[in-house]
Amino acid sequence: MQIDLNLIPTTLDALHAGLAALAALLLLLCLLLALISVFAISRRPKVVAAPATTAPPAPKAVTPKPAETPRPQPARVETPKPVVVRETTPDAALQLLGLLQQEARFVDFVQENIAGHADADIGAAVRVVHEGCSKVLKQYFKLEPVRSEAEGSRLTLPKGFDAAAVRVSGNIVGEPPFTGSLIHKGWRAGKVHLPKLAEGHDASILAPAEVEL
Amino acid sequence: MSGPRYSVGIDLGTTNSVVSYVDLNEVDGEHAPLEVLDIPQLTSPGVIGEQKQLPSFMYQAHEAELAKSDIVLPWDDTPDAIVGELARQLGAKTPIRLVASAKSWLSHAGVDRRSALLPPQSPEEVPRVSPLEASMAYLQHLRDAWDLQFPEDPLENQDLVITVPASFDPAARELTVEAAQTIGLRQAVLLEEPQSALYSWIQSSEGGWREQVKPGEVILVVDIGGGTTDLSLIAVTEEDGNLVLNRVAIGDHILLGGDNMDLALAYALRAKLQAEGKRLEPWQLQALTHACRDAKENLLIEGAPAEVAIVVPSRGSSLIGGALRTSLTREEVNRALVNGFFPKVELTEKLVVQARTGLATVGLPYAQDARITVHLAAFLSRQLGATGELAGFSPPVNARFLHPSAVLLNGGVFKSDVLAHRLLEVLNHWLDADGAPAARMLEGADLDLAVSRGAAFYGYVRKGRGVRIRGGTAAAYYVGVESTLPAVPGFEPPLEALCIAPFGMEEGTEADLPPYEFGVVVGEPVHFRFFASTVRREDVVGTRLDWWNEDELAELPEIEVVLSAEQRRPGDIVPVHLAARVTEVGTLQLEAVAKEGGQRWKVEFDVRAGEETDAPVAP
Repeated sequence: MQIDLNLIPTTLDALHAGLAALAALLLLLCLLLALISVFAISRRPKVVAAPATTAPPAPKAVTPKPAETPRPQPARVETPKPVVVRETTPDAALQLLGLLQQEARFVDFVQENIAGHADADIGAAVRVVHEGCSKVLKQYFKLEPVRSEAEGSRLTLPKGFDAAAVRVSGNIVGEPPFTGSLIHKGWRAGKVHLPKLAEGHDASILAPAEVEL
Repeated sequence: MSGPRYSVGIDLGTTNSVVSYVDLNEVDGEHAPLEVLDIPQLTSPGVIGEQKQLPSFMYQAHEAELAKSDIVLPWDDTPDAIVGELARQLGAKTPIRLVASAKSWLSHAGVDRRSALLPPQSPEEVPRVSPLEASMAYLQHLRDAWDLQFPEDPLENQDLVITVPASFDPAARELTVEAAQTIGLRQAVLLEEPQSALYSWIQSSEGGWREQVKPGEVILVVDIGGGTTDLSLIAVTEEDGNLVLNRVAIGDHILLGGDNMDLALAYALRAKLQAEGKRLEPWQLQALTHACRDAKENLLIEGAPAEVAIVVPSRGSSLIGGALRTSLTREEVNRALVNGFFPKVELTEKLVVQARTGLATVGLPYAQDARITVHLAAFLSRQLGATGELAGFSPPVNARFLHPSAVLLNGGVFKSDVLAHRLLEVLNHWLDADGAPAARMLEGADLDLAVSRGAAFYGYVRKGRGVRIRGGTAAAYYVGVESTLPAVPGFEPPLEALCIAPFGMEEGTEADLPPYEFGVVVGEPVHFRFFASTVRREDVVGTRLDWWNEDELAELPEIEVVLSAEQRRPGDIVPVHLAARVTEVGTLQLEAVAKEGGQRWKVEFDVRAGEETDAPVAP
């Protein structure tokens, strides 16, 4: 019934992005097919529509909806109501990247091939990156843990707990309250105050080329 | 309009400016909910961020340097110059276009503070501004930031206090007020920064300060900013069962601060790198200075690591290859800062004064001796008699210096508790040698924001609701008098100093007219030599000194009066008295008062001001 996303290594964000793109493509393809052939199955697009969200993968994204949906009149194409996806503007993301580059040389660091360098050299660079990143996080976000308990301690989740803020895994059976041990305390951005951008500012320049005269 | 809603305090600093405020309706005695204003400013081209501090820098960008659309502010889409964080950043890479330390220039008696001389040593085509204009630009930015956040309560309608170093001379104080008035802040009053720090301490104790100090105590305030060190002594007395605070002495203007310390560390590291055969480019030294600032704070706390790695990455996009790596050890910090700036010295240690050699260009008169403890020793020794006139103070007969019993520190430098403890240790060593009890630290001050917070609180105190530090002027003022009656400068007969304003004149008071009169030629500027003394407390108006110790009187820039030719014929000689008063704002004002008729003319402090009006002085 439930597919546990935690089983997928969380570091493979590129893979996720690829999967999402693939899913989106499939969706388009399916819609096209649905238009052409009237008897195409209507259930299929619904399943793959969700992963197309631009948000990070959420558990519900791949939850397959069982066959309660097949509609006898597939002629009305808009009936498989597409999941509403929020468009995020790239400006905020570009701005954050720009800040991370400016303070922490983040883009420089990630774009560099570290394979040939000694750990000591990488370590030195990481100091710059770490110091700068933490400065950016401190300055523009108010980060706080979702749960204040110590990691490893036992806690009980009441009925109606916020499933977006706390993700349960493992032996999920019966009804809440659930009792389990805290693996990761979570992070919540309590407050975000990114700097404002001037109208007409080109945020896609993450770092300008520098020329010394 | 039912009077101001807020009391606003502006700390117009050498390197950073801060605005604090308090809603006057919310204040209850010493419980005041003080807030610090978030100041919108360009943090990089086209990006407007909010910070608690406005870096006091101004950058004159080349017209091709930045896109027009990238230099905007919420209240102005074509600002004249860039002020704040972006100015600091750009200026670090292009110093020829950066105006920095305007405040130090504003108090530099050796230059015309109204003339466009900043940035010094920049090419002709870079627009220059005067120290006064730079101060105005910072104040204007702060005003606009305020008005943006409080459109209903514009700054010009609020109570406003601007802080200045205690050691600012009358001209620098007047210029600060002028800067505020020119941009429409006519109600601004001045407060000395060390006093402001003490107000902040009083406020943050929420009444508890009365248990922490007793009558008969002397509080030493040491305020080390980015560029200046400011010293004050405040004596605690009792009147009708209430504690009274009296500011009894201030120190000299010492251009020495936290920035010097970061630079000292960077130089130490550069020497270390050079010993390893690495040569540093100027930009690397700059980055090193920046890195040292953060590293210092980590190394100068209790339980600090033995060393902190310092990495200066290359300027190119390759981060890993070209980085310059070194480490700053606790040992090095101790040597450069603790022993360099706060050495353990005896009270009798003298300040080192080197003869300046061939200074070709105009520069700031930086302190030549970086040893803050020696400056402190000189100050306390000189102010031995500071509490002489107060009841309840009986300095021991053999005292070699004024004995403080408590110390209040201010300034980001003292986030390093090692430095704070060292300062106290040295002071207590001197006290011990005099057989006096050790001084203690007054805790609970906010080192970065105290000055602006104290200023906002002072705006409230001024309404008569809370303890107010008494003090008045911290110096007596004198004009030079020559033996012949009409003052004709240009030759040097034996000089006498005539006291025209005694020590400790309260705000809003006027000194008596000195009995001595000067003959002044109508229509021509007449100059007087002008002196101040922070130690001669007994001189009254009219006292004439024909001899004084070299360190008793300090010469200030000449003052000037021009008797306008209205009602008089040019060339006539009019006998006048020189009268002094201290305005409500906190500035000293001198006037020439005609002996007959009582007509008054303002005496200007900054004689070199406005070249076009500066007529040649008669030989």
